[in-house]
Amino acid sequence: MAENIVNNDIIKEENLVYKKTDLLTDKSLSYCPGCGHGTAHRLVMEVVEELNAQDQTVGIAPVGCSVLAYEFMDIDMQQAAHGRAPALATAIKRLYPEKYVFTYQGDGDLAAIGTAETIHACNRGENITIIFVNNGIYGMTGGQMAPTTLPGMRSSTSPYGREVESMGAPMKMTELVAQLPGTYFVTRQAVHTPSAVRKAKKAIKKAFENQKLKKGLSFVEIVSNCNSGWKMTPVKSNEWMVDNMFPFYPIGDIKVPEE
Amino acid sequence: MKELRLMKGNEAIAEAAIRAGVDGYFGYPITPQSEVLEYLMLEKPEERTGMVVLQAESEVAAINMVYGGAGAGKMVMTSSSSPGISLKQEGITYLAGAELPCMILNVVRGGPGLGTIQPAQSDYFQAVKGGGHGDYRLIVLAPASVQEMYDFVELSFDLAFKYRNPALILSDGAIGQMMEKVEIGEQKARLTDAQVKERCPWATTGKDDNRERNIITSLDLDPNQQEIFNEKLQAKYKVIEENEVRFEEIQTEDAEYLFVAYGTSSRICQKSIQLAREKGIKVGLFRPITLFPFPVERLKELSKKVKGILSVEMSAGQMVEDVKLAVECKVPVEHYGRMGGIIPTPGEVVEALEQKFL
Repeated sequence: MAENIVNNDIIKEENLVYKKTDLLTDKSLSYCPGCGHGTAHRLVMEVVEELNAQDQTVGIAPVGCSVLAYEFMDIDMQQAAHGRAPALATAIKRLYPEKYVFTYQGDGDLAAIGTAETIHACNRGENITIIFVNNGIYGMTGGQMAPTTLPGMRSSTSPYGREVESMGAPMKMTELVAQLPGTYFVTRQAVHTPSAVRKAKKAIKKAFENQKLKKGLSFVEIVSNCNSGWKMTPVKSNEWMVDNMFPFYPIGDIKVPEE
Repeated sequence: MKELRLMKGNEAIAEAAIRAGVDGYFGYPITPQSEVLEYLMLEKPEERTGMVVLQAESEVAAINMVYGGAGAGKMVMTSSSSPGISLKQEGITYLAGAELPCMILNVVRGGPGLGTIQPAQSDYFQAVKGGGHGDYRLIVLAPASVQEMYDFVELSFDLAFKYRNPALILSDGAIGQMMEKVEIGEQKARLTDAQVKERCPWATTGKDDNRERNIITSLDLDPNQQEIFNEKLQAKYKVIEENEVRFEEIQTEDAEYLFVAYGTSSRICQKSIQLAREKGIKVGLFRPITLFPFPVERLKELSKKVKGILSVEMSAGQMVEDVKLAVECKVPVEHYGRMGGIIPTPGEVVEALEQKFL
């Protein structure tokens, strides 16, 4: 059935209004329907394509939902131990200063177990791009509390809601790394509407282009939904994200280089 | 004209790395091996060869930098001492699982825990039997002199790239800190990016139209595939066992007893041989240079003509298990060792030999 849909007999060239980038493989995404990862993947690969940089780009996949990112992105990639992606990227970039190097990490990976690697890569001003997809939960392992889980938010390890007094408050990693002298461009985006997607892509492109300037690290947070982990329909999860995540994680640029 | 220098073992490692054309070193300070990083920072290898040297935020970050660099086909290394090597075990098993060539130096100090900063050989199990999770092996070289610290840098990289496997140099605080005469080799050029692509067609050097994308990972969610991969790893380790055994023998020709010792202990045993022979005890030394692969066959042969074997280690007795396995208990095997950073005297070793066998 799925084969019929992409069949060229049915979808004629002249009828095409949109085509996925060649830098995404044809493998079916392992993400839940409704999840923002697919869009985020597409944007990163579209940017690499627009920069004509497939042969100059190395990506790092994390541990988490996007552990298999290398199955979907048609570029050379390394899969890191949990939280260590910025360490891998540091070495690759220093050994190949002319290449584009990026990490693609979730909030458990980047803001919990990989906090040290993240902060120090940012502080050293490594010339890399970090794409940070924040959905406030550990998705892959089944919806446990993450460092980014909102106060009162339920998860399988905060079944009565995140109690800040005993479990700590959610971490705003993006605001935190913006304080460090090594970060050059820090922004928070989303991919839940066409307009948000356009802005997110612009930010990702800037973050990649910045690598050529050699002025420091570019950090792009993408606030996303986890309809499975949040136990909501995709539409409802996006509404919930706008109502609850955005007030705590406001969308927009946090650190913009002076032009 | 040979270039000779008086150097510490740790300095010899660092100079050898620059001269071997190593692309990157990533480290974190810990006694007794901090001279490796200090020497490199002082030498400015980025000016000599373009080598990258970086002080990481932790041992964990350093070994993962090694993973990144190795996955991109470069010659990269790290060094640490026992507690730091424990921290690196996560990265080491990922390196083994992704079949990445690299060099790791352990300048062993006494443990467990924070232990002591004095020399020990109590990380043998960790180095040789695993250390991290899963079925994997490292190629383990045990230098017994500052010259071997120097020489084994290039050797370890040769083996690591030959087999796409991490190599570990298992040294100790005595060899790292002591100064000896070292013959310095020629400066080798670092490989160009084009040469790296040719040597490592599997590395993440950037996907061009001529090939499929390269992926560095240790993950395969399909258990059937994962078993096939594990079988491939085991087959590789078997080839290493068949081809890469290295050892040294001293006065074994007429020996009635045998010391088996590596690293600093083997240096002590050389003096012990002299003391014992003065007393009329014919003893020789068998020194494994590769701890994995362990020199099983030669040790088995030697065991047929001796009355007893004393495994001498600065540990509670770790290598002695491999000695027993090698000789299949056909000759008495005993262990003598000091722990906690104490180095035995040659006289103590002879006394132990007499007590256990005579």
